[in-house]
Amino acid sequence: MNSLTQKSDRALTAAALAALVAVLLIMEMTMKSTSILLTVLKKGAIYALVAVSMNLLNGFTGLFSLGQAGFMLIGAYTYAILTMPMEVKLSSSVYKYYDCAVHVETGILPALLLAGVAAAVFAALIGLPVLRLKSDYLAIATLGFAEILRALFQWDAMGPITNGANVMRQYKDLTDVKVPFTDIRFPPTLFCFLAAGICIGIIVLLINSSYGRAFKAIRDDEVAAEAMGINLFRHKEMSFVISSFFAGVSGALLAMFQYTVQAAQFKTAMTYEILLIVVIGGIGSISGSCISSFLFIACNEWLLRFLDESSNNILGMNLLRSGFRKVVFSIVIMIIVLFFPKGIMGERELSWKRFRKRASRRGKEAGADE
Amino acid sequence: MQFLQTPLPYLLAGISVGGQYALIAIGYTMVYGILRLINFAHGDVFMVAGMFMVFLSASLPLGLAIPLVLVITVLLGFLIERAAYKPLRDAPRMSVMISAIGVSYLLQNCALYFTGGLAKVFPQIPWISDTVEVFGAVTKRVTLITPVLTVALVIALVLFIRHTKIGMAMRAVAKDFETSRLMGIKVNSVISATFIIGSFLAAVGSLLYFTNYASVTPTSGGMPGLKCFVAAVFGGIGSIPGAVIGAFIIGICENIIKGMGWTTFSDAFTFALLIVILLVKPTGLFGEKATDKV
Repeated sequence: MNSLTQKSDRALTAAALAALVAVLLIMEMTMKSTSILLTVLKKGAIYALVAVSMNLLNGFTGLFSLGQAGFMLIGAYTYAILTMPMEVKLSSSVYKYYDCAVHVETGILPALLLAGVAAAVFAALIGLPVLRLKSDYLAIATLGFAEILRALFQWDAMGPITNGANVMRQYKDLTDVKVPFTDIRFPPTLFCFLAAGICIGIIVLLINSSYGRAFKAIRDDEVAAEAMGINLFRHKEMSFVISSFFAGVSGALLAMFQYTVQAAQFKTAMTYEILLIVVIGGIGSISGSCISSFLFIACNEWLLRFLDESSNNILGMNLLRSGFRKVVFSIVIMIIVLFFPKGIMGERELSWKRFRKRASRRGKEAGADE
Repeated sequence: MQFLQTPLPYLLAGISVGGQYALIAIGYTMVYGILRLINFAHGDVFMVAGMFMVFLSASLPLGLAIPLVLVITVLLGFLIERAAYKPLRDAPRMSVMISAIGVSYLLQNCALYFTGGLAKVFPQIPWISDTVEVFGAVTKRVTLITPVLTVALVIALVLFIRHTKIGMAMRAVAKDFETSRLMGIKVNSVISATFIIGSFLAAVGSLLYFTNYASVTPTSGGMPGLKCFVAAVFGGIGSIPGAVIGAFIIGICENIIKGMGWTTFSDAFTFALLIVILLVKPTGLFGEKATDKV
């Protein structure tokens, strides 16, 4: 019975994923590539990845880290530097004031991987000292490292590599993704979903493995976990490095999505936004993080835009104008933080089992009504 | 005197900024001492005080605007504590911190809405905005006033905490939250008092700071806020003299770094200092030993 439902659940999941791919493909064929819906979907997928990576650290391992923007910065720059064509690097169209010191050029997929690796290596290095700290001290130290990184990337002496404080552009972006072995353009939205989906899938596998259970044990009680023979430092470092790897990848994806990238963009405000996404979705729920990042991006970029239009004012009040959307938005966030501290999903995950339960409950209620 | 002339302006600026940081850092250190909370919104309260000054001085005379700014900022600090932190008193520490981040996000967005994202020019306050010459270095008079005012306020605060009943209650709550509650101390009013003092000092600091910098933007509270927290940690969190000394050290070092032409790293230096301090002497310069921070 159990294995049968498990099998059918797997089939259902596969079918749902296939349907998602099909819908995305159809949307991409029929809609304009500049359509706001596609933009929201792309950015939502990228933010879902970084939110899940932050959740792995904050929600599943109990390490309150605020360094996410820094790791995304490393990923984005690594990607931009690696995929920028040689002729662009040697000409002065991007590196105006510096001679580019990097003389390699890679494809998109290796660059994405290396972006993650670069972030992970840096995380491994700073993890050695920083992970000895606890709760808010860890938070402020990681936040500090992210700020130091931002200064470092804007430093003149790093100019030949990072182009100083200037914009990086003309690297391979989402429109340059090709279907393997052909010259056909790969649908960009589908690419974001695929890349983010594979990474999130890996994180889910990790969380369900014995390592994931060790992470949760550390979150729930460090002393008890250590007494059970879990090597605290090794597992914390592992969670930190893996989370940073995926933050790096998502930074690279963000760079692809944006066409240009600049160190000044990766401020602490960005980390705060990602943290708020995780909180809204529910700390400790992967599907919650995914849902809330799409919601967050959709509200921020699209659904609440009407609040910024001064033509929508009623009764002659000058209430609606540029920026009002963000005020409403942050009030909603405060309400969620204060009154619904569990967020959308709490610690639960979306699953077919819950759907079935809810459906049968509803069926019963309907039966009782009759 | 000749050799003093190059570093002197930077040193003066450093002492002045240090004093302004000290006034903000006290708010962090007191709140952390009592609630064990990094009040991420404190830097934004400081920014909002600057904004109020810009808007109020546009329509009111300065003699009325300045006290009004102080009162409104105090009220804001009090309201933030009541609305965003008090409901979460029994929640995990992390939720309170997230709430603080949410408040910070809200204040920044409100400021963005009311200013339209433009930098607002901070009003010239007569007398303290005047330029003066010290040993051949030209500077504003606020540079000289800040350290004096800071030291005076800190002494007043220390006396207040040592010798009044509410000050004693504050020390008791900082020492042991639960026990002091059992002893009949009204913890909530003590916490409110802490926030009121912190916001008042932040408002004074804000008036001095923005007189020096001349413009206020919605994000101009973030970086000073974080630096002041670092100053509080450096001096030993919970210790008021520690926070003041930490703030002066950070302000001076930062300006010397700027003077050496490493402006990009003036912010990074603060965080490097934080990390070194946390790893080498996590209790800070004057911190008490028995804490559970590391």
